[in-house]
Amino acid sequence: MATQVLHNPLEHVISDRLARNFRRHFKERLIEFILMLAALSAVATTVAIVCILLYESSTFFKTVSLVEFFTDTQWTPLFEDAHYGILPLISGTVTTSAIALLVAVPLGTIGAIYLSEFASHKVREICKPILELLVGVPTVVFGYFALLFVTPLLQKIIPGLPSFNMLGPGIVMGIMIIPYISSVAEDAMRAVPMSMREGSYAMGATRFQTAVRVVAPAATSGIIAAYILGISRAVGETMVVAIAAGQQPNLTFNPMDGAATITAYIVQVAMGDLPHGSIGYQSIFAAGLMLMLITLFLNLLGHLARKKYREAY
Amino acid sequence: MSGQQASTLKDLDAVRAMIRHHKLNDTIFALIGLLALMVGLLTLLTLFIDLLMDGYTRFNAGLFTEFPSRHAAKAGLLSAWVGSLLVMSVTLVTAVPLGVAAGVYLEEYAPKNWFSDVIEINVTNLAGVPSIIYGLLALGLFVYDLGLGQSIQTAGLTLALLILPVVIVNTRESIRAIPVHIREAAYAVGATKWQMVSDHILHYSFGGILTGIIIGMARALGETAPVITIGALTYIAFLPPSPIQPAPPYLNFEWLSSGFTVLPIQMFNWLSRPDHAFHVNAAATGVVIIVVTLLMNGTAIWLRYRIRKNIKW
Repeated sequence: MATQVLHNPLEHVISDRLARNFRRHFKERLIEFILMLAALSAVATTVAIVCILLYESSTFFKTVSLVEFFTDTQWTPLFEDAHYGILPLISGTVTTSAIALLVAVPLGTIGAIYLSEFASHKVREICKPILELLVGVPTVVFGYFALLFVTPLLQKIIPGLPSFNMLGPGIVMGIMIIPYISSVAEDAMRAVPMSMREGSYAMGATRFQTAVRVVAPAATSGIIAAYILGISRAVGETMVVAIAAGQQPNLTFNPMDGAATITAYIVQVAMGDLPHGSIGYQSIFAAGLMLMLITLFLNLLGHLARKKYREAY
Repeated sequence: MSGQQASTLKDLDAVRAMIRHHKLNDTIFALIGLLALMVGLLTLLTLFIDLLMDGYTRFNAGLFTEFPSRHAAKAGLLSAWVGSLLVMSVTLVTAVPLGVAAGVYLEEYAPKNWFSDVIEINVTNLAGVPSIIYGLLALGLFVYDLGLGQSIQTAGLTLALLILPVVIVNTRESIRAIPVHIREAAYAVGATKWQMVSDHILHYSFGGILTGIIIGMARALGETAPVITIGALTYIAFLPPSPIQPAPPYLNFEWLSSGFTVLPIQMFNWLSRPDHAFHVNAAATGVVIIVVTLLMNGTAIWLRYRIRKNIKW
């Protein structure tokens, strides 16, 4: 009798604990599962993007052959005499991106070398937030700047420059991507071990010599990654070119001409009221697929280059 | 003897001259580097002053209380700023729980296997996808396949997907900064994993997560291309139904499926008109957008600086 009195409460306590443990365990598992679902939303987004682009373009490519798509020199899906050659959009994209890189690569590289090798801690603390602020400025505002400030300015220097051209937006886009290039390149250069700099200084090299002949070569793969990411940004940039480069597909590499990029074309069509399922509607998905493939390729390349320098040191 | 001395002195002079020359090179390069970085800041300043000079005549209460109009001088931003606010609230309630949960999962729960690698690669890749591609995804998936229409909810969800990588990356970074002993201390007093995460990890990483949310929301406010792609109307002379109503159930969700316009689209619309009077409106809108996004980004940067400075583990 006495033992029972002693035993029963104890058993009760243990079974209660076990039950509570089970509940706790179950709740933990449930929470982990929910969190995992949230993380899977990233995968779902990628899958959805790929599926939508492939699905809508597949109907487009039933009407338009791949040969025509890649060789025809005109892009006029909305005209009576419809042509579906992506080349004019590619030429516009390549030209504006090239101008942007001509601006951003030298300035971004010099800026990165300065930040990583020359700037004092204090200067860096001031410069980096400013660059970050620049990244945060909406692109539509830069479009205004390209159309109504930079282009009129350029027209004073180059008489006869049309008000829609690729030079102005290209330059503005270049200034926009300086921070992207300089921050990734700076990262790469700061990852170069101090001992290499000290070795160079010990040989009597100056800061400049050390930066250019020792640090920059050691960080090459990272700097290349920065350029590739810059190209990817330029190719995907939309509003600046849609506003300031005109929206006429034009197979030209002349920066003085107006032209449409892949992104500008998508904006132009989306602004109009195209019926769902028409060939014009599907053409923006084909153009989008092209853009996605280009940026995906560039991002992968940049990712690999970045991984290389992270492994090196 | 004296001849030898003279030549040594001469050599010394040559060496000194060389050192001076090299030091000068260093200084010159440092100046060029600073200048290269300042190009961005100068552009931002020029851009802001240009917008102010072009748009200051429109700065009055009417800008915020009037609907768009055919008369440039009477046109206002009422439907645009209300639209922006509503779209961003949808983005906020979608992107924050999803992004934070995904970040927590990847940092605290995810096992090291191929499955987690796939999610990681997806998040990195999504951050590099051009924003207009998200617009195409939304056009195909949300507008037509799911039948959400060209509405506030479609725009809000689209922008949520767009800023998801920003929220995830910032959440992960601030969680990673928390030392292991915080976790061990929680486990030592018998906390389960979720208790550890919700009471300690989320508590300590709150500031960093908030930084990411603010940066993401600033980006959502300024994004134009994806919202144009889903077909946001540019001439909206009405407000969506009010979310709050006087009679029970007090909350009304009809606004979610209402047509809308947002600030950057209104600016783009005014900018694409040939009439210069509308360009003045666009400039005024640009000032509003820049001030709000700079304030948001500035707050985020300041917050991060404070956290970095104050937390000593």
